[in-house]
Parts: sequence; structure tokens; C-alpha cells
Amino acid sequence: MVVQTPNGFTLDNSGKRVVVDPVTRIEGHMRCEVNVDGNNMITNAVSTGTMWRGLEVILKGRDPRDAWAFTERICGVCTGTHALTSVRAVEDALGITIPDNANSIRNIMQLNLQIHDHIVHFYHLHALDWVNPVNALRADPKATSELQQAVSPSHPLSSPGYFRDVQNRLKQFVESGQLGLFKNGYWDNPAYKLPPEADLMATTHYLEALDLQKDIVKVHAIFGGKNPHPNWLVGGVPCPINIDGVGATGAINMERLNLVSSIIDRCIEFNNNVYIPDVKAIGGFYKNWLYGGGLSSQACLAYGDIPEHPNDFSAEQLYLPRGAIINGNLAEVHDVDVRDPEQIQEFVDHSWYDYGEPGKGLHPWEGVTEAKYELGANTVGTRTDIREIDEAAKYSWIKAPRWRGHAMEVGPLARYVVGYAKGHEDIKNQVDGLLRDMDLPLDAVFSTLGRTAARALESEYCGRLQKYFFDKMVKNVMNGDSSTANVEKWDPSTWPKEAKGVGMTEAPRGALGHWVQVKDGRIDNYQCVVPTTWNGSPRDTAGNIGAFEASLMNTHMERPEEPVEILRTLHSFDPCLACSTHVMSPDGDELTTVKVR
Amino acid sequence: MSEIETFYDVMRRQGITRRSFMKYCSLTAAALGLGPSFVPKIAHAMETKPRTPVIWVHGLECTCCSESFIRSAHPLAKDVVLSMISLDYDDTLMAAAGHQAEAALEDTIKKYKGNYILAVEGNPPLNEDGMYCIVGGKPFVEQLRHAAKDAKAIISWGACASYGCVQAAKPNPTQATPVHKVITDKPIIKVPGCPPIAEVMTGVITYMLTFDRLPELDRQGRPAMFYSQRIHDKCYRRPHFDAGQFVEEWDDEYAKKGYCLYKMGCKGPTTYNACSTVRWNEGTSFPIQSGHGCIGCSEDGFWDQGSFYNRVTDLTQFGVESNADQVGMAAAGVVGGGIALHTAVTALKSAQKKTQTQVSESEEA
Repeated sequence: MVVQTPNGFTLDNSGKRVVVDPVTRIEGHMRCEVNVDGNNMITNAVSTGTMWRGLEVILKGRDPRDAWAFTERICGVCTGTHALTSVRAVEDALGITIPDNANSIRNIMQLNLQIHDHIVHFYHLHALDWVNPVNALRADPKATSELQQAVSPSHPLSSPGYFRDVQNRLKQFVESGQLGLFKNGYWDNPAYKLPPEADLMATTHYLEALDLQKDIVKVHAIFGGKNPHPNWLVGGVPCPINIDGVGATGAINMERLNLVSSIIDRCIEFNNNVYIPDVKAIGGFYKNWLYGGGLSSQACLAYGDIPEHPNDFSAEQLYLPRGAIINGNLAEVHDVDVRDPEQIQEFVDHSWYDYGEPGKGLHPWEGVTEAKYELGANTVGTRTDIREIDEAAKYSWIKAPRWRGHAMEVGPLARYVVGYAKGHEDIKNQVDGLLRDMDLPLDAVFSTLGRTAARALESEYCGRLQKYFFDKMVKNVMNGDSSTANVEKWDPSTWPKEAKGVGMTEAPRGALGHWVQVKDGRIDNYQCVVPTTWNGSPRDTAGNIGAFEASLMNTHMERPEEPVEILRTLHSFDPCLACSTHVMSPDGDELTTVKVR
Repeated sequence: MSEIETFYDVMRRQGITRRSFMKYCSLTAAALGLGPSFVPKIAHAMETKPRTPVIWVHGLECTCCSESFIRSAHPLAKDVVLSMISLDYDDTLMAAAGHQAEAALEDTIKKYKGNYILAVEGNPPLNEDGMYCIVGGKPFVEQLRHAAKDAKAIISWGACASYGCVQAAKPNPTQATPVHKVITDKPIIKVPGCPPIAEVMTGVITYMLTFDRLPELDRQGRPAMFYSQRIHDKCYRRPHFDAGQFVEEWDDEYAKKGYCLYKMGCKGPTTYNACSTVRWNEGTSFPIQSGHGCIGCSEDGFWDQGSFYNRVTDLTQFGVESNADQVGMAAAGVVGGGIALHTAVTALKSAQKKTQTQVSESEEA
């Protein structure tokens, strides 16, 4: 059957069906099904979120000052970003202004997360889609050293001996016959294009990045006590600053600041010497593989983040840009108001939830969720053994959020498209510079590789911002302000009887919003609309496909039974399924009546 | 198992010298808190033991356990994955997907029947026929049962697998269920925490590989070496507690001086974990050191004990020499006495009374 979607895609599900479940190297659980035609081109794509935890149901009736800890557990990969969104939502509801140092520390933590998350994503979740570690065994270590020095003259780890050691280790590993994580990979698939030396260089950086990432997050440990899942506080940050007084050893002091500062420098070095050069070098071998653009050239959404001043979320005060682009018109960037019930709505016609009537869209303030797991008549398999899903019916635990009715892409590429369209100076310089270095036109940005490159550029930009806010905080302390928390409204007796608020962030994977309603000192309603809900959304009432599905369309597969190309494009979004699949009922009790067996 | 190489074989083939190997063994002994007399035993174990296959499955979870695991500094995560275990299935990190991923799982189960470790992150939801968590088109609980059947032992990573964690907090809409309530015929090691400390995770695995046995477990099934004492017992701020010196509100002068966070709701006095000794992120800090109280994330049902900012009121005064089992038995009225009195007890008792009403209110929520 051939269907034309309102957002411009022609879906044809007549060809061979390919099922990928589980989709690996992502956070959480996801399934993907595509149809391919006789030429192995993808003609139909279906993405299914395959988990649901019901976190917001659990939040009902809790102390709003505790909400950050619950929502932080939505995701342990983008750890902290939900917590930050949550404290912002509660502070917005209760009218709490945070101190300047708290704003700087929160920004440093959020930027630190972006860098950590982007690096781990590229090297440990995404690289194996482009890099073949088995092929690295054939590399000449001397030629690898020359390649390394050519692409990144400042990176100290570049001698032939260094690469030979890594290659030996890899060789013994492969020869042991216990391939572990590399087992059953697609290592002889012609989709892999790198010469052995580039494979060896990138595999070496897989290991370097694995060592580095554990150090990056020490910034979270210093300000939040641990990572994953550091601690946050409504009203500021929990860590007091005491630079030189009695008991300074138990607070943020000079030693702690030096450690933060040294890590910030290492992030900047790694971005400049390894991450960005690798993306350019690897991308250079895949310049002809410009599939995967999907919605990015048509519809992008960003809420913006990293405020210069505490509590000021006006677009011009944010370092990461805010705006919406629709219908592919980059000349017009619309402002985004997350409080406006006309702008953001969620649909469930193809999601395993029930609104009571079909075709309804609800703003998060009015969000209703009643789980309703049912499969369409054309499902192949059974209720508990799905072999092929029926996308004409309900087929995902993810809802379908829309901005003024449009399916939107969010994430690093969306932020960069919005920023570029708005003339954001840093972003424009970065993008133009990269395109110039790689000799590519602007259109190349709208692709799987564009998404991957935008993430690298953003990591570099966030590295600089992290330093900026560190210096800003030090200067503020130097000027005599060491305050980190505002406790005026800590006591629930100071709160209004009823209040509602919104918190926004740009999570590593894209625009994230929490909507909270507080009544009599307790959470009355809590809603999260998260990045992977946008990107991984199923079809909506009108039949618009979501960003994952759109990006897979019209991609050529070398071997349909080996889903390298599907993984490549899905991974370029850095899917986070635990994030995307949790919802709230204003009447949480209803959910407890679902069948128990 | 004979076709599997030993640690020592692998390390030698990787060009690691005997001298470096012995150094590695002494570092491992130190990391596990063992004396120098254990070094030859570790060396012997590593010379003769094969690389054990590990299957790591994911149920309802947030992946914080995997993230914590890769933060391990000693041993480094790359050394664990390349040289110590054979991580044959882990949907978060493995190259293959779909059918090829499932084939890798089946292959390992068959080939190493009875000899692989099953690591479980997250838990199975039982409502809606288990379809709140789907893997390969089927309920996760089926994959869990299947992989558990031929496992040598099971590690329940984190609060989700051990106790249920956040998705099992009231009203637990998906009926998220901890592993030991679904799998009842296998040895299970609980490594609770949200997440557990990285070096505790790698410490538990390394212990099993090195000594070829399960670590000593307490009555709840937790390794005694990491979970037998309360955070409070080894907290560096404990002297302030004993002296009655408390933070009264966030960012006050006492917070800046690093006083005790008991009055801010710290759950250190009732939480069994290694945070105040091993600390987090290569010993960088732990929650109390960074100014926020412990939220008790390694305790069963910690989400449903009232606000994180309510004071602990069921504080039983025991000496620091008491372990989790002794305290638990005493609380159940099995043994008594041996109570060490502290100067703070009186202050504590009156503080308890004041907050009692507040706590019971919040527990209704």
C-alpha cells in the first residue's frame, strides 16, 4: 500500500519487511521495522518504543522538592539534565530566584554533561557504525601514526609504537575467539569504508575516550557528590562555597576549583585534538553517504538553554539557541512558548494510550495517560510475540508530540540549524568552518553525518562555555559573593496553595520540558515531554511520521539482513528510550487497574 | 571450559610481563581491601582461571548502572571488558543488533551452559503480560528467565534489579519486580545503589573471577565487604554529629564549615553502602562531602520513606562495629544490648519528636 504523508514522505509497505529488535547501543529498548524495495531502498519505516515505566504517575502526591531525584532516574545516560529541568520547573512554580553562583554551577554541570554524553555517544555508541575494529588489525602502525599526526598535529599520543601496542592488544583479543562486544558485528559488510589505518586510529580513540569519560564527570562529583545521578537542590545547588575560611576543606575550596578547572581544560583539549579531527577524518571517507536527513531540513525545534543570568530564560539571554523552523523555511525562525496550549500538543492515536476519543491533541498541562496495550489486526505474531508490527494501529509506548501540528526534529542538529538560521555567531562560524574544511555544501548538514558532526561541534562549543562559566563564578566569588542557595521559600508553609511551572533545558538529545502543578504543598500533576519523544514519535492523527522514521526513508541498504545503515541513522539521534516512554495521568489510580497476571 | 583462556594467558599474550602481572595482582588485592598475603592467591587464580563469559541484560531501568560501570578507575572498564571477562551480550554496548544480537545471546548460553554470569540491570514489569518492556518482540521477563536458566550465578546490578527502584515506587503502575522474586533457583548477588559505585561493581566481578566463589553475602544477599556498614559509621562528618554540630539550613555558616547534614534529612544513619569509604568517581567525593545529605539509594524502598529532607527518626544507636545483620536482628528483637551511647543521643531524641508528625504525614503521600 502506498501512502503520502502530510509532511512529504511516500510510504510503501509492499516490499520485504526487515525487523531490528533489539536496536542496540542506545539507552533503553527500541524496535525498528522497515520495508525495502527490489533495489534495497527503504520505502517505509516504523519505530517502536518498547518500554514504559510510568514515572510521572509515581510523582503524584510527592514533595515537589524531591521531584528532581525521581525525574533524574528517567535517564542515567543524560544524568542530571532531568533533575535540572525539574528544579527549574518547581522554582518557576514557586517563584524562587537562585543565586548567581548556583546559575554558573548548574550551567557548568549541564555543559559538562553535554560534553561527556556527546563523547561517549560518538565513541562508544556510534563509532562502530562507521569504524571496523577487526579491519584495524590490517593497519600499518607507522602509517597510522602519520595519519594521526596529519589530522591532529597537537595530539601527543601518536607514535607508531603506541598504535602497535593497541593493535597487538586488539589482535590478541580477536584471536582469543572470545569477541565479546564485537561478536556478530557486520565486519565484512561493504558499508564500512575506512582504510585500516583510520580504523586503527579510531579504535584507539575508542579506548582513550573510555578512559577520559570517567574523569570528565568528576565535575559532577565535585558539585553534586556523585555521577551518575548527582544531587541537586530547589533554590540553588547543595554545595556551599568556602574558599579560605574555617572548614573550607569540607566545601568548594581552591583545591576543588583547581580540579574542576583541570578537567575543563582536558575537555577542551580532547575536543580539539581528538573528537573534531576524528569526525572530519572519518566523515571524509563517507562524504558520499549523505542519507538520513529526514525532518532536519524541514522542521526543527529547540527550547534553548544555558542562561547568562539566573532565572532569565528569554531567548536572547541563552547561549544555546531557541526557536522553531517549519516547512523548510530557514528564513523564518518562530519563537517558542512552551506554556502556549496551541503550540505543544501530544497525540496518541498510534501510541499505546487512550484519550477516550480519537484525534485529540493535549498540551502537557492537560495531559492524560491511560495505558492501552493493543495490537492492530495486521500484526504478524501474537500479543506477547510480535514478529511484524501493524503501524496502521497503535504501535509504540511513545506518544506523538507536535509543535503547531508539525512533527519536529530536536537535538544537536536541530539546535545548530536553528542557531545557524538565527545567525548565532559561534554556531555559524563553526558550521561554515567545518563545511569549508570538508569541502561540502550547506545541504550536506541535513544528513546522518550532519547530525553526528553537529554533536561534535556542540561539544567543542560547550567546552568553551564551561570555561566561561567557571571564570564567571570565580570572579563572582572574588567580588565577595559566595552564596549558592536561596532558602526563603524552602519551607512549604511559604508556598501558595496552588501553583504551576515549567522547566526547560536542552538535554544532550534535544529539547526537554517538565510541567509541574503544585497543590497544598504536593505535586498534583507532572508531565515530561522529552527529546526522544519528539524524535522517536510514531505517526500522529494526520499521518505525519516522526523524525526517526523520516530519517530512514529512501536509504539504500547494502545487505538488508545486516542493518548497518539503519543503526547508523538511528544512532545519529542518540536515542534514549527510558526518557521517551513515561507518561502521567492526572488520575494516577486508573493505571493500577490494568490486568495483573 | 577448557577452550577458554586464563587471565594470565591473555595478559601474557598481550605482552604484559610477569613483573607487571604481579604488580597488577597486588593492586587488585589492595582494591579489594585484602592484605599482601593474598597476592600469590590472586596470581594463582588468574593463572589458572579462564575469562568468564558475561551476559548483561536490561529490563526497565535508566542505564545508570552501565554508566557507573564504565567509570571504574581500578580496574579500568576497558581492562575488564578486554582482558577479564568476555562480555558476550550487552545491548547497550554491543556492535550487533536485532537477529545477530539475539544469536550472540543464544550462542553464549549454549556454549557456556552453567558457566556464564548473568548480570541484570533493571527489572521485569509483570503487568500487561510483561509487555511494558519488550525485547525481540517478547516480554523482557522471558529473556530474563531464559538467560537465567543456565547461568552459574546472577548479579543484580543496582536498586532496580535488587529492590525495584523508582518504577516500583508507589503505585508501581507496571508491577516492576526485582529479579529475586522472579528467579528463585539461582544464587543472586545484590549490588544495590542508584547506581552502585563503579569500583564496587568491578570489585564484585573481580572477586568472583579471582576467588571463583561468590563473595560473602549478608542476609539480604549483598556483598558484606561493601554493604555491611552504614554510611554514617564511616562518615568523615561523624565527629560533628557526635558533637551536636549540624547544618541548620542550606548554605548557612555551618554548611560552609562542613557540619553534619542529619537535620537536612541525611539518610546516612540508615543506609548501608561504601560511599563514605570508597567514595565516588575515583574517590573524588560522595554526596555528603558535596553538601547534600544521602538519599539512601541503596536501601530497599527508599523512594517511599517520605521526603528526602525529612529527618531520620528510626535511628538505632549502635557501635560502628555492628553490621547490617546485627542491626537488623536487633531491630527485630532477636538480640539486644551492646548499644554505644553518644553525646548526641539526647539532642537526637528531642529532634525526633519534633519531626515525628511531619514524617507520618509525608508517608501517607
